[in-house]
Amino acid sequence: MEFIGGKLLQVVIALAVFAAIIGLIMLVVDKAPKSSRDKLTVIGFLAPAAILMLVGLVYPAIQTSFFAFTDAKGQPNGVDNFVWMFTQPEALVTLRNTIVWTVLVPLLSTGFGLAYAVFIDKARGEKVLKALVFMPMAISFVGAGIIWKLVYDYRGPGIEQTGVLNFLRVAMGMQPKQFLLDAPENTIFLIIVMVWIQTGFAMVVLSAAIKGVPTELVEAARLDGANPWQQFRNVTIPGIRGALVVVLTTITIATLKVFDIVRTMTAGNYDTSVVANEMYTQAFRAGEPGRGAALALVLFLLVLPIVVYNARVLRQQREIR
Amino acid sequence: MKNRNYLLPVASIGVLALSLTACSGSTGGTASSGSAANTDCAAYSSYGKHDGKTVSVYSTIVDIEATNLEAAWAPFEKCTGITVKYEGSKEFETQIGVRAKAGNAPDVAIFPQPGLMADQARAGNLKEAPKAVSDLVDKNWSADWKKYGTVDGKFYTAPMLANVKGYVWYAPKTFKAKGWEVPKTWDEMLTLSKKIADDKAMKPWCAGFESGEATGWPGTDWIEDVVLRAEGPEVYDQWVSHQIPFNDAKIVKAFDKTGEILLNQGFVNGGFGDVRSILTTGFAQAGQPVLDGQCAMHHQANFQAANWPQGTVVAPEGDVWAFMTPPIDASRGESITGGGEMVGAYKDTPEVQAYLAYMASADFANNRVKLGGVISANKGLDPNNAQSELDKQSVKLLQDPKTVFRFDGSDLMPGAVGSNSFWKGIVTWINGTPSQQVADTIEASWPKS
Repeated sequence: MEFIGGKLLQVVIALAVFAAIIGLIMLVVDKAPKSSRDKLTVIGFLAPAAILMLVGLVYPAIQTSFFAFTDAKGQPNGVDNFVWMFTQPEALVTLRNTIVWTVLVPLLSTGFGLAYAVFIDKARGEKVLKALVFMPMAISFVGAGIIWKLVYDYRGPGIEQTGVLNFLRVAMGMQPKQFLLDAPENTIFLIIVMVWIQTGFAMVVLSAAIKGVPTELVEAARLDGANPWQQFRNVTIPGIRGALVVVLTTITIATLKVFDIVRTMTAGNYDTSVVANEMYTQAFRAGEPGRGAALALVLFLLVLPIVVYNARVLRQQREIR
Repeated sequence: MKNRNYLLPVASIGVLALSLTACSGSTGGTASSGSAANTDCAAYSSYGKHDGKTVSVYSTIVDIEATNLEAAWAPFEKCTGITVKYEGSKEFETQIGVRAKAGNAPDVAIFPQPGLMADQARAGNLKEAPKAVSDLVDKNWSADWKKYGTVDGKFYTAPMLANVKGYVWYAPKTFKAKGWEVPKTWDEMLTLSKKIADDKAMKPWCAGFESGEATGWPGTDWIEDVVLRAEGPEVYDQWVSHQIPFNDAKIVKAFDKTGEILLNQGFVNGGFGDVRSILTTGFAQAGQPVLDGQCAMHHQANFQAANWPQGTVVAPEGDVWAFMTPPIDASRGESITGGGEMVGAYKDTPEVQAYLAYMASADFANNRVKLGGVISANKGLDPNNAQSELDKQSVKLLQDPKTVFRFDGSDLMPGAVGSNSFWKGIVTWINGTPSQQVADTIEASWPKS
């Protein structure tokens, strides 16, 4: 109890300090002479966020870029880390897996999400059907990893199966399978977990976008004799293009960073490692911060174009409206 | 409006004061009095009086183990006036380096791995142990143990508690019913395994190497036990210190010898499936089939005692009992591997030195072991203070001057190998990669120095 009380007090104090600092900034800004008040207002409100960004984001990013060119002892070693990344077999497997993940997860999640959104559109019990698919979104990646590990669980032939999938396989007269041990298909079994989580997100966003397509357009297309597929292809898809891009890019970025699922389910063993997982392993387990930083840098460069593209599409959309 | 001018300075001071109080908020000390009330302080007079002084201690030990640890030094606190501020964290291994670098090191750290301690010593963070502690270690521990606290010829850390690896757990009732004898040599153990396998009633072995991101470590224990027993302590030392390469023929041979059991479809994996099911079986559940009569033997350290279900009797005539992995070359005598914690200091104030001396003393070992669950290799420890039959036996093994003791090899190797590529190597090895290739890969990962 004493412990909880102490923490509570800390929270209250922290909130009070925060409120006081904001109040002080407002007061300073308010006191400033009229001529420079606008400038001061902008600086006053942006400065805290900007300082935090500098300390928490920009500085570490620069430091990481610097680390990427050093060895385990912190001595500069040129591009050795990048040579390692693109020549060592296990590092290449990591890159290959990351590519497979970033191609499959966004396409499958968006595909399933879109199909589901279209099929349940205006269906009876739409809300319930939506909630069912959206629910995995509420589960953390680690939680999902543990759940699916149980689903893939393996016991030898003749021993009672504890995993759902192997139970079904045995019931159908097949041999149980070590889902997580056999490369390369084990990567697919991990990808399924991510798709399971992300489909709900894609479905909700796309469903909202579909409802935003003007009914007049759909009706006009129907009057012109377009069949449902043609309506979907020529009216709905162009109508939700912006939402599709946002969904695809958001899921792609999440997929590039995927770490928890791999960490909890295989820890990167059995040829299932991905860049984010390898980054952690190299930096914190193997004592090779340079290699970890190099992987982080590559990950950053992979995400960057997608973020830029995402931002551009969003801006174009705003201009159209 | 004029009188609002005072607002700004007043508000500034207020904010400053608030933020200062927020910074000094303490996370609450620990009041560990316990049985200290009726302690005879005469035994503690040699540590001196340090009223009002505090020593901060940081380690991996948490939960009930931490409570017991604090209880074990409660009389010391009471008699010397020193307050020990203890903090346990599962993140210790990564955090200790960060904290030392940031100038926020604890006064004392309890290291679970000599390799990690050596890194801190080489970085110039740790203080050399005071002479009193060094003398105590000479008196209470074997020279081997002192070596684990020594880096580049300087002595830094005294051992604290210990665990004994390489026990083979079995169900005495099953052995009795089937007429099986506890094997005295490795070959006898293989013969017994074959007999059990031919019997078809159960698999001779069960094993589980799954441990989240540390998957594979129980396998490294197997290899270490075999290297020590087959090749002797000299080769073992050369192996962990990289004087011979990891892919030396002797080490590859040890992999193959271990494989005679672990890679034999007929011998494993009772209750779980084929050889590869070792990788997907959690190490804590892996021993369960011994109780269910689905496998006969399970290789795991003395702490396996805590993994059995509640109510399991661990005794020579109980539900489960353990024998030490037998010698491969019987002429070499008994050899065991194990682990332990080492106590090192980042400060050399008198109160810290007093604390270090107490932790290296037989008093601490006896106080802590009495509370159960752990043992120590301290020669001043009365084996009768150990709380279970197995602990008593382990203490005797550790204290026996004839026993060859070697620290867990993966804990001594550099982190890149000991807690990374060696584990991963075991995983690929069980998954079907040949011994030579696994050893070559691990050798390639050894840091160039």
